Amino acid sequence: MKKEIRICGFGGQGVILAGFIIGKAASVFMDYNAVQSQSYGPEARGGAARSEIIISDEKIGYPRPTGVDFFVAMSQESFDTYRGDVTDDTVIVVDPDLVKKHDIGKSVYKVQAQKIAEGLGNKIVTNIVMVGAATAIFALLEYDAVKQSVLDSVPSRFKALNEKAFEKGFEAGKNAVKGL
Amino acid sequence: MKYTRDPELIRKVLGKKVQFILGDMACVYGGILAGCSFFGGYPITPASEVAEGMARMLPRVKGTYMQMEDEIGSIAAVIGAAWGGAKSMTATSGPGFSLMMENYGYAVMTETPCVIVNVQRTGPSTGQPTLGAQGDMMQAKWGTHGDFEAIAFAPSTVQECIDFTLEAFNLAEKYRTPVCVMADGEIGHLRERVIIPDEKDLKLIERAPATIDKKKFIPFTNSQTRKSKVPDFPTFGTGYRTYVTGLTHNEKGFPATDKQKDHEKLVKRITSKISDDADKLVMVEEINLDDAEIAFVTYGATARPAESAMEMGRKKGIKIGLLRLKLAWPFPEKVIHKLAKEVDKIIVPEMNLGQIVHPVREYVNGECEVVSAPKIGGEMHLPNELFKYLEGK
Amino acid sequence: MVEIKTAEELNKKYLREGMWPTIFCNGCGIGVVLEYTLWAIEELGWDMDKVVFASGIGCSSRLPGYINADGLHTTHGRAIAFATGIKAANPDLNVVIFTGDGDCSGIGGNHFIHAARRNIDLTVIMVNNFVYGMTGGQSSPTAPIGSVATTAPYGNIEHPFDICGIAKALGANYVARWPVSHPYQPIKSVKEGLQKKGFSLLEFLAPCPTAYGRRNKLGDIKKLWKWYDDNTILIEDYEKTMNYGNEKEKEEIKNKIQIGVFQDIEKSGFFEEYEKLMMMLQEKKTTGEKK
Repeated sequence: MKKEIRICGFGGQGVILAGFIIGKAASVFMDYNAVQSQSYGPEARGGAARSEIIISDEKIGYPRPTGVDFFVAMSQESFDTYRGDVTDDTVIVVDPDLVKKHDIGKSVYKVQAQKIAEGLGNKIVTNIVMVGAATAIFALLEYDAVKQSVLDSVPSRFKALNEKAFEKGFEAGKNAVKGL
Repeated sequence: MKYTRDPELIRKVLGKKVQFILGDMACVYGGILAGCSFFGGYPITPASEVAEGMARMLPRVKGTYMQMEDEIGSIAAVIGAAWGGAKSMTATSGPGFSLMMENYGYAVMTETPCVIVNVQRTGPSTGQPTLGAQGDMMQAKWGTHGDFEAIAFAPSTVQECIDFTLEAFNLAEKYRTPVCVMADGEIGHLRERVIIPDEKDLKLIERAPATIDKKKFIPFTNSQTRKSKVPDFPTFGTGYRTYVTGLTHNEKGFPATDKQKDHEKLVKRITSKISDDADKLVMVEEINLDDAEIAFVTYGATARPAESAMEMGRKKGIKIGLLRLKLAWPFPEKVIHKLAKEVDKIIVPEMNLGQIVHPVREYVNGECEVVSAPKIGGEMHLPNELFKYLEGK
Repeated sequence: MVEIKTAEELNKKYLREGMWPTIFCNGCGIGVVLEYTLWAIEELGWDMDKVVFASGIGCSSRLPGYINADGLHTTHGRAIAFATGIKAANPDLNVVIFTGDGDCSGIGGNHFIHAARRNIDLTVIMVNNFVYGMTGGQSSPTAPIGSVATTAPYGNIEHPFDICGIAKALGANYVARWPVSHPYQPIKSVKEGLQKKGFSLLEFLAPCPTAYGRRNKLGDIKKLWKWYDDNTILIEDYEKTMNYGNEKEKEEIKNKIQIGVFQDIEKSGFFEEYEKLMMMLQEKKTTGEKK
């Protein structure tokens, strides 16, 4: 098994952290091998940011993805910039409020991650909501492993908030309907 | 406060045994595990995370982190700290590595143990700051003026960033010389699982301090207490009153700038103390070489797509193997020569226009075909691109 | 302990055997600076096992080689950065830097600036002879306007670097400048600088008859020493004249080199603050990085 995941959004949205959490869940809290690489726009904030994770049950040689099995987008710019190589087999997840123009003739999962985060009182956990949703939709990693990874990766005073964000996200992912 | 290595405190600061961290951060872990107590650095992409990690962790293990005014000052402070008794390191990338070259030579000439991590990016000049490359491999070997022997590691994984940085400290202490860890932007900015070695599994080499009678001590000659060309170290403040200079010096350390014999004796000792051990210093990984007709000779990040390409080749029945240099310098001359006699072709992929391919050709010495597989511009070779070399393009 | 009374006794106690003769020319002021420094150390009764001398490149940077103590003769301009590392590794050591005007204010200017800004506990003794002497007499950043050098054959047109002025502005704890022509104030000042916690700068105006004097009609050492008397003014006198003097008096002194103690303050230095930081972190017992 070898899966390649791409999470993208605008800089500052926490896509790197999201990728980090998934990579850590796979390789520290489960027995997979994982690598995570990233690229930023020229600015620390704004611009399109991208985090890529490869998860495999074998040794990972070339550490950059050569395709995309799972594609998560949290901003229009990054969706447009980084979807060039998605195929009919790619599982696509978007926040429809942030990626309004997502009709590319392919079915996508829609998760209103930002709205859920706002409901929890802080937009900043949008990325963690998305991690929860992706965990449910991808069905690749164990719920507990990803949750542990979330808790291990955020400052202790925000643990409760992030835990809730992950749980709500997971629920939303479970119930997400695939559609154009 | 003088530093003493406190294993318990180090473990507490490093945290869990299994982690998912950046290659740059892994260099920090390796240094801290080795007992590094001084880091002098200057921000530079893609090596800044090493300085950031040190800034966070060193004061917690009671070591000293200093952001110096530039890379020249960084390596200078690192060398000074070594003479003050510390294990010390710095981290940089191409432009900073260039600035460090003069004092790199000073460390060689004065036999000062220290570690330089170079997270390579593309060049010449400012190049592509965020993108990885392997264009400084020859600079590590030849970059400072005059004759010297370099010791340089090339990590291919984040785990190796820990292991090789730690081992770089060991070799720096053993040979009393600066040791480079030639990482690259790809590995430096990659996250992977690492396992922090247990204290009982660490094999740390400590500096051999000067111990003999102060009147009989000769600071720059073969050890007076061991069978070694590496002299015992008279740490400043221990009463040996040593004069240390980058000028050609005699055994006592005093300038001998107009004496041919003194220069020859000194430089031959400080080069041969390393080259004498070249065979012992070989660190390579061999994969599928037993029946190989073609071999990749590779190192650092590039070893990874090469390994993927090798697997593609094997699946198609091509007898391809891989030799990975964990330690690029000293160059594993005999290993390469032996390999050349066993295979028909050696392919050398590098993220430069062909650097390590030169010593490969030298030591293949006509025994087989050697093909350079260069790629520049800040992207690793794709496994596919390297696979094409196996089909004869 | 034997009481040292003469320069000969002083040399015997502090200098290495077998290093004579020195590389210095007749009339050179560098040896005088060394002598003042050793007198100051003698009066302080320092343990020479705990003193380290660092230097860069140039005539004055050869001084550590003659002193019977640990010495780090480094690369051009970098001595202060090296010394910072020595002090970081072992704060118990007294670290003294001998440097020249070219070494310190030219190629090493940036290291000097930042060590002064950080207020690192070092004593920098800068021998200012207005010239790159070792390489044969090229113009230096401190050379007076109009002075002749091999690289300023028609007279120097650059404004000289006031190294004390910059050290003072950066908040160094101790800053003083003296000509070598009078011994007592310099020795007292070196003592103060050595004892001072934090960054100390002692600038010495010292003659170089060979590379500077000869080209500037000051080849005769007596003329050079007189030049210092004629062209320097105590900071206190300078300020008095500038505040209360008439225009003629002001005009007379306005281009003179001020001498004296420019700054003598107590400000915590880098390593004191670092020590506090370490203590705070130990108390907090915080763990390492999270991600």
